[in-house]
Amino acid sequence: MSTTTDHPVEQIGGATAKYVDQRLGSNKFLGANLGKVFPDHWSFMLGEIALYSFIVVLLTGTFLTLFYNPSMVEVVYNGSYVPLKGVQMSEAYASSLDISFEVRGGLLIRQMHHWSALIFVAAMAVHMFRVFFTGAFRKPREFNWLVGVGLTALALGAGFTGYSLPDDLLSGTGLQIIRGILQSIPLIGTWAAFLVFGGEFPGTEIIPRLYAAHILLIPGIILALITVHLMMVWTQKHTQFPGPGRTNTNVVGYPLLPVYMAKAGGFFFIVFGIIALIGGLVTVNPIWLFGPYTPDQVSSGTQPDWYIGWLDGALRLMPNWESVIAGFTISWNVLIPSVVIPGILFTGLALYPFLEAWATGDKREHNLLERPRNAPVRTGIGVAAIVFYGILWIGGGNDVIAAAFNLSFNVLSWTLRISLIILPPIAFLVTKRICLGLQRKDREKLLHGYESGRVLRLPHGEFIEVHQPLNYKELAVISAKEDLPVLPASVKTDADGVRNPSYRVDQLRHKLSSFFLRDNIERPTDAEIEAGQAHAAHSAGLEAPLHEYEELDQDPVGHGGVLHHPGMPMTNQEQVDQRQ
Amino acid sequence: MKFITARRRNPFVAVLLLVAALGAVGVTFSAVSNIEPAQASLGTQTQVEDGKKLYLEGCSSCHGLDAQGAMNGPSLIGVGAAAVHFQVSTGRMPLAAPGAQATAKEPIYDVEEVAAMSAYIASLAPGPAIPTSEDLDYSDADIAEGGVLFRINCAQCHQAAGQGGALTQGKYAPNLMQATPQEIYEAMVSGPQSMPVFSNETLPIKDKQAVTAYIMALQEAPSPGGLSLGRIGPVTEGLFMWVAVFAAFIGAAVWIGIKAR
Amino acid sequence: MNEITPSSGGNSEPGINGHSPAPAQLGYSPVAEIPHRLRVTDTDPKAARRAERQVAAMFTLSMVFVMLSVIAYVVIDKYAVLYIPVLGEVGASNVVLGLTFGLAVFLIGAGAIQWAKKLMPDVEVVQERHDMVSEKEDDNLAAANYERGKEESGFARYKMIRRSLIGAMALLPIPIIVVLRDLWITPPGENPTEILSTTLWTKGIRIVSDGTFMPVRPEDLPVGGLVSALPEGILEVQEEEHNLNARGKAAIILVRMDPEQIRSQQGEGWDYNGILAYSKICTHVGCPIALYEQRTHHLLCPCHQSTFDLADSGAVIFGPAARNMPQLPISVDEEGYLIATQDFAVPVGPSFWERDKA
Repeated sequence: MSTTTDHPVEQIGGATAKYVDQRLGSNKFLGANLGKVFPDHWSFMLGEIALYSFIVVLLTGTFLTLFYNPSMVEVVYNGSYVPLKGVQMSEAYASSLDISFEVRGGLLIRQMHHWSALIFVAAMAVHMFRVFFTGAFRKPREFNWLVGVGLTALALGAGFTGYSLPDDLLSGTGLQIIRGILQSIPLIGTWAAFLVFGGEFPGTEIIPRLYAAHILLIPGIILALITVHLMMVWTQKHTQFPGPGRTNTNVVGYPLLPVYMAKAGGFFFIVFGIIALIGGLVTVNPIWLFGPYTPDQVSSGTQPDWYIGWLDGALRLMPNWESVIAGFTISWNVLIPSVVIPGILFTGLALYPFLEAWATGDKREHNLLERPRNAPVRTGIGVAAIVFYGILWIGGGNDVIAAAFNLSFNVLSWTLRISLIILPPIAFLVTKRICLGLQRKDREKLLHGYESGRVLRLPHGEFIEVHQPLNYKELAVISAKEDLPVLPASVKTDADGVRNPSYRVDQLRHKLSSFFLRDNIERPTDAEIEAGQAHAAHSAGLEAPLHEYEELDQDPVGHGGVLHHPGMPMTNQEQVDQRQ
Repeated sequence: MKFITARRRNPFVAVLLLVAALGAVGVTFSAVSNIEPAQASLGTQTQVEDGKKLYLEGCSSCHGLDAQGAMNGPSLIGVGAAAVHFQVSTGRMPLAAPGAQATAKEPIYDVEEVAAMSAYIASLAPGPAIPTSEDLDYSDADIAEGGVLFRINCAQCHQAAGQGGALTQGKYAPNLMQATPQEIYEAMVSGPQSMPVFSNETLPIKDKQAVTAYIMALQEAPSPGGLSLGRIGPVTEGLFMWVAVFAAFIGAAVWIGIKAR
Repeated sequence: MNEITPSSGGNSEPGINGHSPAPAQLGYSPVAEIPHRLRVTDTDPKAARRAERQVAAMFTLSMVFVMLSVIAYVVIDKYAVLYIPVLGEVGASNVVLGLTFGLAVFLIGAGAIQWAKKLMPDVEVVQERHDMVSEKEDDNLAAANYERGKEESGFARYKMIRRSLIGAMALLPIPIIVVLRDLWITPPGENPTEILSTTLWTKGIRIVSDGTFMPVRPEDLPVGGLVSALPEGILEVQEEEHNLNARGKAAIILVRMDPEQIRSQQGEGWDYNGILAYSKICTHVGCPIALYEQRTHHLLCPCHQSTFDLADSGAVIFGPAARNMPQLPISVDEEGYLIATQDFAVPVGPSFWERDKA
């Protein structure tokens, strides 16, 4: 402990630090957390992209609210954009045009807002893939996965409400489709549509209502959920990939202050900067080209933004089923693609962690990420879902694709319809096979080292291929595999002839667990690995696995004429000691 | 064109515009130079005879010896000179290869030959004539009014910014960014291929001029927001975001993640 | 949250320069045993100096770009156009503001990262985790507090209070939902089904072309022709109602084909000499349709590619729409202008629950 003062923080931060601490007790928090360790991996920054683009959305959106007028009152445009001069349009559209043309920097901010919204949803999706494929949603992080699913759904809502606000031909057509979807809901649909639109479509209420949702309700909830999301990450500490020194009960990385703070903070500015550059250099949503919305006009190639594209694709690919039951109309052709499919997809997403844990009987806490290959069924399901989504997504642009590549969208649509049914299972099987193949290879490496490609002739004439032992990094990564047993089959009646009341459930669970785990290639035991590596080292004619330091054994590099010896391998410990 | 002229008053911009004009990717304004329609609606007798000769050589195998139509081509009686001029001068006819629809290409016949053929077809039965330069003069037309009419009558197939779009079975509405006023006019009155006819009674010449003025404004319009991404909306925007922007982000993330040497 | 663990690394020496107070425990320790290579900047002071200059240069450049961006804001005319290779003719203000501001922001980020990578320690450290589950004593405390609360409030004992409270809470959301009823202030005597089933079209109302609002004569429309049309007086209705609702339902397209090519219609003689009037609003989810191919008589929806055959009662021949496009029966009045002879026989636009009750 220091001998100079009783209040070290005061010494550093001056009177203010003490003042604040006396009121908030903040030094306790700082003491515990300024040194908090965060693991470093590029894929852990995907969530940061989402967070930062959301911050950009908030900043730019606030600017836009200063100029945007959410009103459907018809006015005559009198701004500087000649091709629309004198045209009747809503105040919402006119003010959006004014932001684009009359407010200096307005177009930049509008484009930054739109780009960052597109990026926000995309980053969430990719972040979710990372979390899914590495099993980061497993205990204890299931709640955070749920929050993430909620955030994704809200992001779609935030995006769509924003897409509708300029009240141009494209956004109005989107709302027209929403009206059609609402009307397809059985029993309450017609009234729901009238309540949402304040009467008939398009009415004069929908834009102000969407505005309230877009700038207050949805971002408010998103902000609250992001806070919860981050607090959970903070409390539970970030997961990490397997590697040297990394266990399920530690976290290896850089302390918050200074490295992580500099990197995360720096990345915010990088994301912000890239969005500003894109906003300045690349057009997004040129609303002036689409014209004002009227319900009897349309443009060819009418599309939603990318994140709604899959729903539009589902609407396009759906067969035209409709039935009248007892005099009431049920539009399966609208209901299934726009309500049922997204419902199933989001429910499936939300329930997946619980389902997998139940099926595999896995109750352990997981802080070490699982390599996708070590969970072949999960990886297969994920890839199949992405393929399913991807086909719907392509369907959402089938007319543009057809026009761009001189195809017939009729043929394309049929191809996609068939693909939608057959490709996801194929993707599942192929992915699973690949994963299992990689598992086998990993097992080989653990048992025999890796094939060096060098062939030796032994004194007695036998040819062998020299195997090299794995280096410490590979060994740590590959040997981190965990195996789970298949849950036992259940019996209908036990030995005493007593019926098992939960037989069906147990049996289902047994089958599911078998589906998840039966093909697993078992990891060798520690003894086997040790023997295998030693044997490989011997085979390579080396007493010690020298190539462990292979990548460190580079020639000294001259810098500015001064010869020195960089890259001397030291342990972390030695290096820390040296610094002090 | 007040919007555009207002911006061009700036000397700084004028210089840049000059560069633009010289530049390879500059927006060309070739429309005016093309308004030299062959006055073939009432062609001379020689023109008709020349046209007939050309017709028999180049067109009759599909459209029949008397232009009455056959298995492979529709009747041309009554389609008018405008239709012939549009189809042949844009290279759509003669058909290069059977397909979903005839595509525009380098024309095979020169201006006089097209005029002769037009005269011949026009002599068979009355039909929409080739527009006069007066018909095509859109200098007084109201661009904004043209925009309204464009969105009512054209945007559904040719897309709001005139970029074209898909029709059924591989057919398509072409991109209008290279279309000349004469082609636009002739297409409207003759209804080539899938396109419906917009007669001078339902869409008066004055309105056609307004539509033309709007299309011309689209052709020469700059892109205030930067790279236009083809002006076709969310599909290319989404693609750009995923491919280019995300590559930049991932690149930055990887850069942050790797250890310095 | 407080997870300071004993440092296993023996890191108890005074801090850098021996100046700052020595933290006995930082809450983490270095990952020992793992070989780690020193960076060039760790061993070569010149390289470190160079890295320092790089970082400072980025921050400085950022300031320069901020200034440039302010200058650009003031100087560049907002309508100015700039030619840039690859981008084409673009708005000067937007591009220059985006570039300068974007670079100003980006360079701060790049500088910070370079700083972290080159000059801050790149030694990985380790911190212990603990299971999320609470300690036994916290568990007991929570349980005890809960029991105390339950006991003191008498929640378990006062059955009547408990049940009535549950009832009250259950009912409370009802008014919140009920007040949403007036999201649509329903005009007296109107209901959605009826509104969706009627349009402005009635017997004798003239058909005017959209945009020009001129009545249409049959002879104006050649075979192969297409007119987007509305009922006469639509503008007055719009003016009066201050909305586009009437337009959204009444919009039609007029097409003319050779009468012999009309294979069927939705009503006997609903055409006029080969002129057919169909709703412009798709029966799928309501996009306006006018992608009419005059050769094939197909009408295509640009939103979801439903295709209708107008020569065959507007039947669906492709895509997700389930219902024919509604046809409007037409005729001519004594002055020779096209008129509707009645309203649509079926509701136009997307289906709805009560549609077939209409």
